[in-house]
Amino acid sequence: MYTNLFLAVIKNESLLQNSFFRKLDKFLDVLINKGGYTRVLVGLKNTLIIAILGLVIGVLIGTLIATVRVIPKYKVLPRVLNGICTFYVGFFRGTPMVVQLLLFYYVMLPLMGLNMSGVNVSIIVFGLNSGAYISEVMRSGIQSVDGGQMEAGRAVGLSFSTTMMKIVIPQAVKNILPTLGNEFIALIKETSVVSFVGAADLYVAFNMIGTNSYEFMVPYLAMAIIYIVIVVLITLGIRLMERGLKRSDRRN
Amino acid sequence: MTDATENTKLIDVIDLRKSFGELEVLRGINVTINKGDIVCVIGPSGSGKSTFLRCLNCMEDPTSGHIIFDGTDIADMKVDINIHRRKMGMVFQQFNLFNNKTVIQNIMLAPVHIGLSDLRKAKLKAAFGKGPKPEKTKEQIISEAHDRAIELLTRIGLQDKADVYPSTLSGGQKQRVAIVRALAMNPEVMLFDEPTSALDPEMVGEVLDLMKQLALDGMTMVCVTHEMGFAREVGSRILFIDEGKILEENAPAEFFANPKHPRTREFLSKVL
Ligand SMILES: Nc1ncnc2c1ncn2[C@@H]1O[C@H](COP(=O)(O)OP(=O)(O)O)[C@@H](O)[C@H]1O
Ligand SMILES: [Mg+2]
Repeated sequence: MYTNLFLAVIKNESLLQNSFFRKLDKFLDVLINKGGYTRVLVGLKNTLIIAILGLVIGVLIGTLIATVRVIPKYKVLPRVLNGICTFYVGFFRGTPMVVQLLLFYYVMLPLMGLNMSGVNVSIIVFGLNSGAYISEVMRSGIQSVDGGQMEAGRAVGLSFSTTMMKIVIPQAVKNILPTLGNEFIALIKETSVVSFVGAADLYVAFNMIGTNSYEFMVPYLAMAIIYIVIVVLITLGIRLMERGLKRSDRRN
Repeated sequence: MTDATENTKLIDVIDLRKSFGELEVLRGINVTINKGDIVCVIGPSGSGKSTFLRCLNCMEDPTSGHIIFDGTDIADMKVDINIHRRKMGMVFQQFNLFNNKTVIQNIMLAPVHIGLSDLRKAKLKAAFGKGPKPEKTKEQIISEAHDRAIELLTRIGLQDKADVYPSTLSGGQKQRVAIVRALAMNPEVMLFDEPTSALDPEMVGEVLDLMKQLALDGMTMVCVTHEMGFAREVGSRILFIDEGKILEENAPAEFFANPKHPRTREFLSKVL
């Protein structure tokens, strides 16, 4: 369409460029005139939803596990919980995400007699998976907070869990924010496998455009560019957040 | 012991022992702390002073023995220690202000949190017809805690620092805020663990002055300290701890003038 005009002008250019622009033209045709963009938007939405909700669930689970890991282990209950957490983390770190998705979708759900969309399955599995990773990060974050903070909370009569939630974890999160950002970026990138369980992500969208236009060079290039743009935006967002959180570190 | 002293008894420490693994740090401590007492704990480094103080509010769980506080043995693991700790303020050598909270939030955090959680419990009880309706609303609890925090900050002359983060304060200011944070819970006793040891010399005075004021107000205090001047002037009793035992206990005048135990004499000759 738009490039037809352009192509006419540079008719005398090399064969390589010529063929590239023809491909671009085909791609834009399918993307804009044949409704490909709606697929891309759906894919983008699913990719972001899976990564964002996965991260949120992951932070919650990771924080819970990390807290269990730092509870003093005099009593039986914390020891049992700790054992469960060790198994959980071992399982999710020891198997690939694709395997977890497939297990959940094709083994767990049928066994439980449940039906769930590929996107929802992906959100849950991404959450469970990143929970395992974040728990380790969060644990080191918690351990990097000065022990005096917990002592001071306990000394004014707050419970272990209250002090943890109000004092220690906020400081731990601040310490691990860059690492959490990296985890978010990793999740964004890993969404490219959710089509294994039928979730329509960016890969599905661009693959469809490629199939319809009989050429894959431009669609996959466009996909790569979208991923890079997302990652750059997240990186900038984290920078800004870090700057905001530094307030309580400022000195006179 | 007469009935009069029986009435004013606040903390009774009975045969307190504490071991860390093989190391027995406290080896049978017996002492009574009465209301209004200013007990200064002195002794060589590593003798167990901090451990003793931390056992008083069970920051360290005693290995054996009893801590009778207000008639309850808080060394008993079945006791809900959080309730009793609210009545025992603690001040640390390293201040330990909450880094993620402003000065006023540091002071208000515990009173508000505890006030609100008590309110929730009272509401629940009232809903089941098992208790009276709570007297205060959520807003009242918060505004009272706020007023009290401002009053305390004004008392130490730091009302203009209410909304800054602790990292912007000097050491002396931090420690004074830490002291009023403990006071905000209206404790019956204040425990100090070398409150001036981490301070630059020019800031020691402001902290000791505040502690003196508290003593004059009649606060019961237990202070681990190396400030012999403070112990002599403000203390009502001195405990000398060495190798996990109280070797000598006396009124300051007598303690410093006539130390009885050879270890006490040796220690005093080094620090005075
Ligand atoms: N949490 C702990 N674990 C192991 N040993 C400890 C611990 N706390 C204190 N100690 C040991 O107990 C002894 C007394 O310590 P402390 O009470 O801090 O002495 P002081 O305050 O009189 O200098 C020291 O030998 C110290 O190393
Ligand atoms: Mg000490």
